[in-house]
Amino acid sequence: MNDVKTYDTEEELLAALKAGDRYACAELVRRYSPKLYRVTLRILGSEDEAEEALQEAFISACNKISSFRGDSQLGTWLYRVATNAALMRLRKRKEDHVSLDAPVETEEGTELPRNLADWRFDPYRVVLSGELREILEQAIQKLPDTLRVVFVLRELEGLSTLETAQALGISESATKVRLHRARMALRELLAPYLADVDSRWEYPTVA
Amino acid sequence: MSIPDGNTRPLLEDGMPMKDALDCGDVLELLSAYVDGELSPELCRAIEAHMAVCHDCFVVLDSMNKTLVLYHRLEPPEMPEDVELRLFQVLNLDDFLT
Repeated sequence: MNDVKTYDTEEELLAALKAGDRYACAELVRRYSPKLYRVTLRILGSEDEAEEALQEAFISACNKISSFRGDSQLGTWLYRVATNAALMRLRKRKEDHVSLDAPVETEEGTELPRNLADWRFDPYRVVLSGELREILEQAIQKLPDTLRVVFVLRELEGLSTLETAQALGISESATKVRLHRARMALRELLAPYLADVDSRWEYPTVA
Repeated sequence: MSIPDGNTRPLLEDGMPMKDALDCGDVLELLSAYVDGELSPELCRAIEAHMAVCHDCFVVLDSMNKTLVLYHRLEPPEMPEDVELRLFQVLNLDDFLT
């Protein structure tokens, strides 16, 4: 049985990782793999690909840990490695399915809202049924990749604007613009299900 | 409809546009900064003045807020145990699995 070690600070864990301590590596995986799995799953929308991206991310992180210079938090750096692994897979997916009809993703402007019906329910009282959870998760998958990664890191994982920008290698202002567009796009995607429906989600019909 | 042309400005009681008031396009671009508390009190007041007379923009703000509340309440997906097991195996760390 292995001795139980603890790393009270990130510096202690990092020093042990750089010294090649396998226990520290296991601790790193234990601490961060659930978070990084959530990220790769929500970026890729596929459990198999999320697992592969997660494995690639940790292999890459363990190989490159000696070059980690501490410009950002260790966690932010790991989010960056995992996000890159997921984005590489998205790129590969697109190369494998080149289509002349594929929509072009642009950074130009926020699309104007089209669905302007009231949402008449209290979001704190809504029952998050399996159906509603599915609708919310599927809407994330419909976002353009550049908006989805920002929404996942900033809104769902709760990274700060700076941490999200560092994880994605973009500016803080670009992060804010993309977050806004992601929020507006999700609002529009959800409106057909949630607008103009009197408390349906608050008091779901019992079958 | 006011939003698609993005030119609706709040009107004063006599029907004249308010000086320096925001139009729908301005308000829509600022909504996230507004909900994230990044705007000056003056700009917040200008947005609230616009909302008071523009139901369309109010609906967009209200529904965006509700969208965010729902996502914040959404339980994050959990990593299955077999995914963790295979990860430790791939990294040759399976002797550390508890």
